[in-house]
Amino acid sequence: MTWEEMRPLLEQGTIDTLYMTFWSTLVAVLGGLPLGVLLVLTDRGGPLQNLPLNRVIGVVVNVGRSLPFIILMVALIPVTRSIVGTAIGPTAAIVPLAIGAIPFFARLVETAVREVDHGLVEAAWAMGGGTWTVVLKVLLPQALPSLVAGLTTTVIAVIGYSAMAGAVGGGGLGTLALTYGYQRFEHGFTLITVAVLVLVVTAVQLLGDGAVRLLARRTRTSG
Amino acid sequence: MITTTDLTKVYRSRDREVTALDGVSLHVRPGEVFGVIGRSGAGKSTLIRCLNLLERPTSGTVTVDGVDLTALGGRGHRARRPLRQARARIGMIFQHFNLLSSRTVKGNVELPLEILGLGRRERSRKALELLDLVGLADKAKAYPAQLSGGQKQRVGIARALAGDPKVLLSDEATSALDPETTRSVLGLLRDLNRQLGLTILLITHEMDVVKTVCDSAALMAEGRIVESGAVSELLATPGSRLAHELFPVGGPQGAAGRTTVDLTFHGATAGDPVVSRLARTHGIDVSIVGAALDTVGGHQVGRMRIELPGTFEDNVLAIGFLREQGLTVELPAQAGLPGQGAPPPDGAPPPPPASGRTAAAGRAGEAGEAGEGAETVGAEGAEGGAA
Repeated sequence: MTWEEMRPLLEQGTIDTLYMTFWSTLVAVLGGLPLGVLLVLTDRGGPLQNLPLNRVIGVVVNVGRSLPFIILMVALIPVTRSIVGTAIGPTAAIVPLAIGAIPFFARLVETAVREVDHGLVEAAWAMGGGTWTVVLKVLLPQALPSLVAGLTTTVIAVIGYSAMAGAVGGGGLGTLALTYGYQRFEHGFTLITVAVLVLVVTAVQLLGDGAVRLLARRTRTSG
Repeated sequence: MITTTDLTKVYRSRDREVTALDGVSLHVRPGEVFGVIGRSGAGKSTLIRCLNLLERPTSGTVTVDGVDLTALGGRGHRARRPLRQARARIGMIFQHFNLLSSRTVKGNVELPLEILGLGRRERSRKALELLDLVGLADKAKAYPAQLSGGQKQRVGIARALAGDPKVLLSDEATSALDPETTRSVLGLLRDLNRQLGLTILLITHEMDVVKTVCDSAALMAEGRIVESGAVSELLATPGSRLAHELFPVGGPQGAAGRTTVDLTFHGATAGDPVVSRLARTHGIDVSIVGAALDTVGGHQVGRMRIELPGTFEDNVLAIGFLREQGLTVELPAQAGLPGQGAPPPDGAPPPPPASGRTAAAGRAGEAGEAGEGAETVGAEGAEGGAA
């Protein structure tokens, strides 16, 4: 394969990967953030203590996290088909990617929110704040640097999963590496795909680290 | 302003019960600074958290500014609207400040105003006004991490005042601060108490705090109030445990052939040169063994341990003279003798202060910091007393 042949493929593959990553991360945040916060709130001693609910969410999250992604993807094909209308292509891959990433992000949110000093929660209560105040004005803002770090981890995990989506015709860089690189023995092409993935992941990590540093600066004593 | 009746809090875990509060009845008058002192585990933290229902008491009632909080719905965490509104009118400050590191100083002060539903411009105006009041107007844009401990607590105080409270609860607010900063923060609380007529209830394990700012005080032990009242009255009460702990007098007692006498100065007697007058009129060589004198609520008060040569019988006249001067006289070594100022056991659980100092020292030894802190103060005071 010549570079002229590869270039349009790589460009389209990268765009597809970013497209899948963006939308599934968005859904993962919308689903995982409330779940993670609920895990903390409903836990023993939490403001909305509800142990049965806590247990149920915990089990769902654990099951979601322990399923190998490739199996989750195959198992979700009927669901995907009913939502998107097809089980093939980047848009179809968003469904299993998002569903796989929700529990992943939820756990990271839980850890981040749990780290917030309980004294701050009590202070908000003492001011007359309710649960909404506590969540929106104390827990989430205080956990923001950790949440952004968790988001970075999630994006990178989703990029990894999206390559797996190539196995069932999901599109993106993973499909390229499999169909052109693996099945046509174009090892050079596989390496180039990997290089592009590394670049994308590195860029995301640097971006995320930068954001965390910016957010965390105010909490340090230096200024 | 704050009244609790028969407040009880029992923590139940799987197989045991811990009684943190055991029938606490407390009355804090409007405009006073009331100190609750006691060791770690005495129940003071639980008490203050029950006062704004961060903890719901197992039984008993809490009334703040005429509102029976215990009658309002919702548990500590799931407070309903009326309870939340009542809480917004009770300020609270904390040992570890509990400021949001994600917000600026001004943002922190604005938080309670946001909860109260004020508009942006109104919040900003009020927050700056409060920061000015606590002397931090120039730090509005700083983040808490850039402040010293004392400044952080001032922000905490500004934040606590945002809802125009009549009552301020202080949960060990100076325990994480060094002595000098403690003094300045206590000074601020005193000023606010006077300027705004703010009623302050503070809990602390530092006797110094009670001495510096409190009008009234209560001593807590094992979930009960052991003693309470106006600080000046407590000092005048023979055998008061609080007085003994507020003004611990050191020094040995009961050397053979000598009589040890503990004097408590309070009110008008404090300024009088009683000891030198005793030496002159009775021709006695008085040794000052230990003393702790201080200014409490603007009055000089304190205790002093002196030694007189000869046995008790030799010194009856001298002791009579001291009583005539309006001093409270106790004889630690002679406590067994009738009518010598040793109080009858008053039902307080720990040992009656028959041998006041020994008992105090023993208890201080058990629990560490509180007692030791007071000891140092005693030593400092001694110099002033001797002079």
